[in-house]
Amino acid sequence: MDIAPILAALKRQKTAAALIAIEIALSCAIICNVLFLITHRLERSHVPSGVAEDELVYIRTAGIGASGEDDPMVRAKEDLGALSSLPGVKSATIVNQIPFGHSSWNTGVKLAPDQQHTSANVGAYYADEHLLDTFGLKLIAGRGFLPDEFLNFEDVLKGKVDPPSAVIITKTMATRLFGNEDAIGKSIYLDDTKPTRVVGIVEHLVRPNFGSDLIDADTSMLLPVRLSLGYGQFVLRTDPANRDALIAAAKKKLKSVSPNRIVLSADKLSDTRSKYFKQDRVMAGLLIAVVVSLLIVTALGIVGLASFWVQRRRRQIGIRRALGATRAQILHYFQTENFLIVTVGIALGMLGAYAISGWLMQQYELPRLPFFYLPIGALALWALGQLAVLAPALRAASVPPATATRTV
Amino acid sequence: MFRYYAWLAARSLRKNPALTALMVLAIGLGIGASITTLTVLRVLSGDPIPAKSAQLFYPQVDPRSINDYHPGEAPAEQVTYPDGMNLLKAKRADRQALMTGGGAVVLPDSAAIDPFSVDARYTTADFFAMFDVPFQYGGGWKATDDDAHARDVVISKSLNQKVFSGGNSVGKTLRIQSTDFRVVGVLDNWRPTPHFYDLNSARYSDYEEIFLPLSTAMELEFGRNGSMDCWDNTADGDQVHSPNCSWLQFWVELDSPDKVKAYKAFLNNYSDEQRSQGRFPRPNNVRLPNVMQWLDDQKVVPSDVRLQVWLSFGFLAVCLVNTIGLMLAKFLRRNGEIAVRRAIGAPRREIFAQFLVEAGAVGVAGAVIGLLLALLGLWGVRQQAADYASLAHIDPTMLLMTLLLAVITALLSGLLPAWRACQVTPALQLKSD
Repeated sequence: MDIAPILAALKRQKTAAALIAIEIALSCAIICNVLFLITHRLERSHVPSGVAEDELVYIRTAGIGASGEDDPMVRAKEDLGALSSLPGVKSATIVNQIPFGHSSWNTGVKLAPDQQHTSANVGAYYADEHLLDTFGLKLIAGRGFLPDEFLNFEDVLKGKVDPPSAVIITKTMATRLFGNEDAIGKSIYLDDTKPTRVVGIVEHLVRPNFGSDLIDADTSMLLPVRLSLGYGQFVLRTDPANRDALIAAAKKKLKSVSPNRIVLSADKLSDTRSKYFKQDRVMAGLLIAVVVSLLIVTALGIVGLASFWVQRRRRQIGIRRALGATRAQILHYFQTENFLIVTVGIALGMLGAYAISGWLMQQYELPRLPFFYLPIGALALWALGQLAVLAPALRAASVPPATATRTV
Repeated sequence: MFRYYAWLAARSLRKNPALTALMVLAIGLGIGASITTLTVLRVLSGDPIPAKSAQLFYPQVDPRSINDYHPGEAPAEQVTYPDGMNLLKAKRADRQALMTGGGAVVLPDSAAIDPFSVDARYTTADFFAMFDVPFQYGGGWKATDDDAHARDVVISKSLNQKVFSGGNSVGKTLRIQSTDFRVVGVLDNWRPTPHFYDLNSARYSDYEEIFLPLSTAMELEFGRNGSMDCWDNTADGDQVHSPNCSWLQFWVELDSPDKVKAYKAFLNNYSDEQRSQGRFPRPNNVRLPNVMQWLDDQKVVPSDVRLQVWLSFGFLAVCLVNTIGLMLAKFLRRNGEIAVRRAIGAPRREIFAQFLVEAGAVGVAGAVIGLLLALLGLWGVRQQAADYASLAHIDPTMLLMTLLLAVITALLSGLLPAWRACQVTPALQLKSD
């Protein structure tokens, strides 16, 4: 189809055509970036935790009695024993923090004792002998902790002991610290005194909380430290169907072991995860709504304007039909016109998309908009334009040649 | 003339109901989204303590290790216990308070109420006067009570309601953990938003139910909430008293610029003095932000909320361009009518006014729809899990803002089409028809 007459006709309604192009450009720039934001959010909410999420429940308690009444290490052991004996419990542990939980313990680690800057900031899980099994972590290299490696938390807290002699780290942390070398047997330093040897590597273990970026989400380690009551929370592993009943039973059991305490919170880990990412899901939903609304408004704008043009040009269309133009030619005329305008809009929109992306990078520490979002946005808008113009164009094509002979 | 134009506008708008609805709805959606997000932003970036925010300052010094030192970075966000006590005892400001958040279990006398845990604030005597905390009964404790580790407690209105049925409970006993405290004051409603004096906990929710002397809480080893940053080795493992662990918030009140300058100099002197005693290995790094500067520094407004504002204005821009396009096409279709009016003597000004009235009508209708949508949107925000959700309400300023936004939108959407309409040359149009 010859586009020269289309361009000539467009020149006569520059303003309206320009407005559509601007609208397309704005939509394109926004939609490309918003699509990227949506993927970013969804990716975040699907971060692997490394633990058996569907089988875990946790319980946090607080004591009422003055501290120092009994040995908190002994009391932790008592409680753990009582919880392990509940029906359906596969394994139970006491730990300082849980994935997606509300508190987090973080430590800087070094590769040499005299190193000035820490090599990585790491989430530190204090693990007893049941933690690997209870969490369901996947050990991909090395071994678990040996019985003589465990320290008591109360000793660690009072600074009475050297740092732990062994540590289990995640694959991400191993790569961060040692690159492609085998991390097993290597040493890290938690303070300036004694080394801690890497004895095992787990596939994943997410930190309790992490920023908008996923880079640091999986840098965690396990230290062989048995928690005391007051600093630990209990985590129990059971069949998914048994979780609700187990929470109720565990609360009752803890109360019967020592009545002087209250349960601060208890939940299924899968629900804890879901709550942690709720804001991301809401935001993703909101962003999707923005994209859909933009597409609808833009499409209706195109329909509206194209309808006006068709009505205005009824006589001209009639004349063309009378002079021998086929319906298909009229149809194609409007489709090509729309394609040209949308193309100009998309070209401008891509520049806009990159400008917005640059600004977002500064403001929100987001990575640059990946290139492939541009063709996706472009295709979406081309399709939208063609879809929107179809009805008005068909109406134009159905203008009978006899219209040419009538006055308005 | 205006009434005639309004009548013409109504007629024209009724002629194309679908198109009119589209224009009104587009403007309405854009305005609704923008007002919703702006309201949330406004609520979150508000001044928590307008009467005093310019006189309250958050002194920062940097006692941290030379390890991990990066020149130019911000000083420590909280103070250590030794530094906090030194600055508190120096009394160089008009008022000063050292504090931390915590949690404790309250055991009501009544057997009908089970023990429950509450958020607590452990602080020093000036806290209440410095932050203009309103009291329903009684008042805060005195500085001497801090020194004496007094078993005094100030409770919130809601806790007073729950435990003492809301009466004047000053002098009554409240059992916290395993110690009896004497109630010295009951707060009136007090909810500075955001929770500016301690940004560690939820910033827009979870307000304290009990306030007690920091010295008492530390003696009784009550549980603390918040973040603690330790460096080097903490010697005997006593992190709370360690000079190498920062975990307390320190606020001062300074009521003149001269005093601010003097206080900053004092902080520098203090850093020098500490260095001469073998602490503060880093170069002096002293800051003294006021409330709003501190909130800004801590990026207290969630970035999602800002993003939503930008998005909604982007959306409004698209809706606006859309409406301009449609209105333009619509006005220009009435070339014939314009030409006739011009030919029989209407000046351009009148044509312009006529079409601006029509555009304005669309704008006003859009504003009404927008306001309704904003109310709906804010209702939606309040159903969310975010800690600020319950605060999302429209206020008179935002109503005014809606009106303003609507007028601007309507004018912007009407100006270009109306101007183009009044450019129609009568002779040419009449001839071509």
